[in-house]
Amino acid sequence: MLLNDAERAIRDGSRGEAARLSLEQQIVVGDFFGAERFVEVSNVHMMGDYEVMGDAGCDYLKSLLAHGARVCVPTTRNAQCIEYNHAERLRQSPALIEGEKRVRQLLAQLGILLVDTCIGYHSIYTPRLHEHIAWGDTGTVAYANSVLGACTNYESGPAAIAAAITGRTPAYGFHLDECRRANARCIIEAELRDIADWGAVGAVVGERVRGYWNVPLLEIRHGNPSPNDLKHLGASLASYGSLAMYHIMGITPEAPSFEAANGGRELIAEFTVTQADIDAVFARGTPDDGKVNLVVFTAPQLSLVELDRIARVAAGRKIHPGTTLLITTNAMNKVAAEQTGTFAALEAMGATVIEGTCWYLMDPLEMQRQFGWKRVVTNSAKLVNIIKAHGYEPVLRPTDDCVETAITGRLP
Amino acid sequence: MRGQQFTCQQGLGEIVEAPALISMYTFSPRYDLDRVTGTFTRVGHPLFGEKIAGKILVCPGVQGGIAGGWAFLMMQGRGIGFAGLIFGKVNPVMVQGAAAAGIPIAAGVDDAIFTALENHQLIRLDPKARRVTQI
Repeated sequence: MLLNDAERAIRDGSRGEAARLSLEQQIVVGDFFGAERFVEVSNVHMMGDYEVMGDAGCDYLKSLLAHGARVCVPTTRNAQCIEYNHAERLRQSPALIEGEKRVRQLLAQLGILLVDTCIGYHSIYTPRLHEHIAWGDTGTVAYANSVLGACTNYESGPAAIAAAITGRTPAYGFHLDECRRANARCIIEAELRDIADWGAVGAVVGERVRGYWNVPLLEIRHGNPSPNDLKHLGASLASYGSLAMYHIMGITPEAPSFEAANGGRELIAEFTVTQADIDAVFARGTPDDGKVNLVVFTAPQLSLVELDRIARVAAGRKIHPGTTLLITTNAMNKVAAEQTGTFAALEAMGATVIEGTCWYLMDPLEMQRQFGWKRVVTNSAKLVNIIKAHGYEPVLRPTDDCVETAITGRLP
Repeated sequence: MRGQQFTCQQGLGEIVEAPALISMYTFSPRYDLDRVTGTFTRVGHPLFGEKIAGKILVCPGVQGGIAGGWAFLMMQGRGIGFAGLIFGKVNPVMVQGAAAAGIPIAAGVDDAIFTALENHQLIRLDPKARRVTQI
C-alpha cells in the first residue's frame, strides 16, 4: 500500500505504539484485498460485547490501552449483550453481566461512546452521500452504503477499533466506485406490505446473489419502502447473503436508473422474485402445532414507529399468560416511547421492552435452557437465520400476526 | 491423493498443517458454532457436532456478519479455535478476524479442493505461497 506522510509518521511511531500496531494490522488486511492506499474516515461504529469477545477480547483491549490507545474520530458502540434492568428476570448469567461491565469500562477508556445501538444511523449519526466511514454490524453497513450512499466495508470489532485509532481504513471494496455498481438485477413482483415481507425479499435475494462483493439492484413493482422496511431489507440481505450494499431503482441515491446503478458492470444474475418465493420463506419452519411461548421483535432494534405499531395493534389487550413477548430498542427510542405513552402501553400489554441490546446477543442458548423456549415467532428474517445456531425453531410472520400470536399464544 | 496441490488467490499468515474440516455450506461463526465449546451446533448443518479445535476449515464462502472478528480471537484465547481457514469467496470480517487472532487464512481456492478432500485429511496451508497441499 502507498502511504502518505501522515501514515508514514504513524508507522514510524509518532502517534504512539497503539496507532503503529493498528496501522500495521490494517496494512496486512489492505494488502490481502489489494488496497493501494488508505482513506480517512469521519466516523466509526464498532461491534463488541462480552458475549462475542470473551476474556480474550478484553485482553486485546487492555493491550491496546497499555500501548496508549485512544480513538481519534467519533466512535460509537453497537448493541451490548446485557440489559441490566431485566438481567435477573431473563436469568442472564453473572459471568456475562460482570464480563460486559468490564468491556464497557475498557471501551470507555478508549474514548468510545457507549450508545449500545445497531440503528445509530436513525438516532445518532447519519453520514452523507459519499462520506467515508468505518462501521461494524452488517445491518448498519448495508443501510449506510445503500440508503445513505456513504462508503464503508464490514469492519469487524478489532478492525473498527484500528480505524478509530488511526482515523483511516484501507481503500478497497465499498470505498471504491467500481465495487458499488450493481451486478445483479432483481425484479420484485411480490407485494411488499410489512417489514417481514422486506426481510423475506432479503432472504430470497441474499441466497441467490450470495457473496460480499455482489450488489443487487432491486426493481420494486408493488411497494413503497419506509426507512424501517429498508433497515430490515439490508439486515436480511447481509444475513443471508453477506451482502453489504443494494440499490433500489428510483429510491436509493445511486440508482436513479438501471444504467446509473449498473455502470456497465457485468451481470451475474437476473431474476424475478414472485409472491410464491416470498410465501416460501414464510412457510419455512411452519409447525403443525400452533402453540407459541416466545415472540421476539428485534434484529435490528426497533424504532419509535415500530414500537408504536405494536402498541396500536394490541389495542389494550394483554399477552397470553403462557407467552413471553420481548422487544428490543435503544435508549433514545425508549425515552421517546416513555414521553409518548408508547412504553406504558407496551408494559401494560405485558411486553418486556429491552434497552441497548439485541436478543440474539443475550446468550439465547442459556435462555433456552432456563426457560425451555424452543419455538420463536418474529417479524425479523435476520433473527430467523441467526437463531438456528442456538437450537431454536424460528417462524417468520408479519408484524400484526406476531402481535396476535403473543396475545393468543398460538399462530394465527 | 497425497501431494495434490490447490492454488489460492489471496493469503495471510504462516504455514500450518492440520486436519481439514470440509463444508459446502457458507460459514459464519455466530450462525454455525457454539463459540464456548468450539462445536458446530447449527441445526441441520452437515458438520453438526464436529469440534473445530486445531482443524483447518475449508468451505466455499461465508455468510452473515461482524461477529467473526471477535469470535476467532475469543476461541483462540480458549484454545478451541481453528488452526487455519480456507475459503472460496471471503468477506473482510473473516480476514480482519483472522489477522487479529493470528490464524492463517487463504481465499480464492481452487474449486477442485471441495471434491478432492475428505474430512479430517491432513493438509498444509501455505498462505504466502498461496498453496494448499494434501499430505
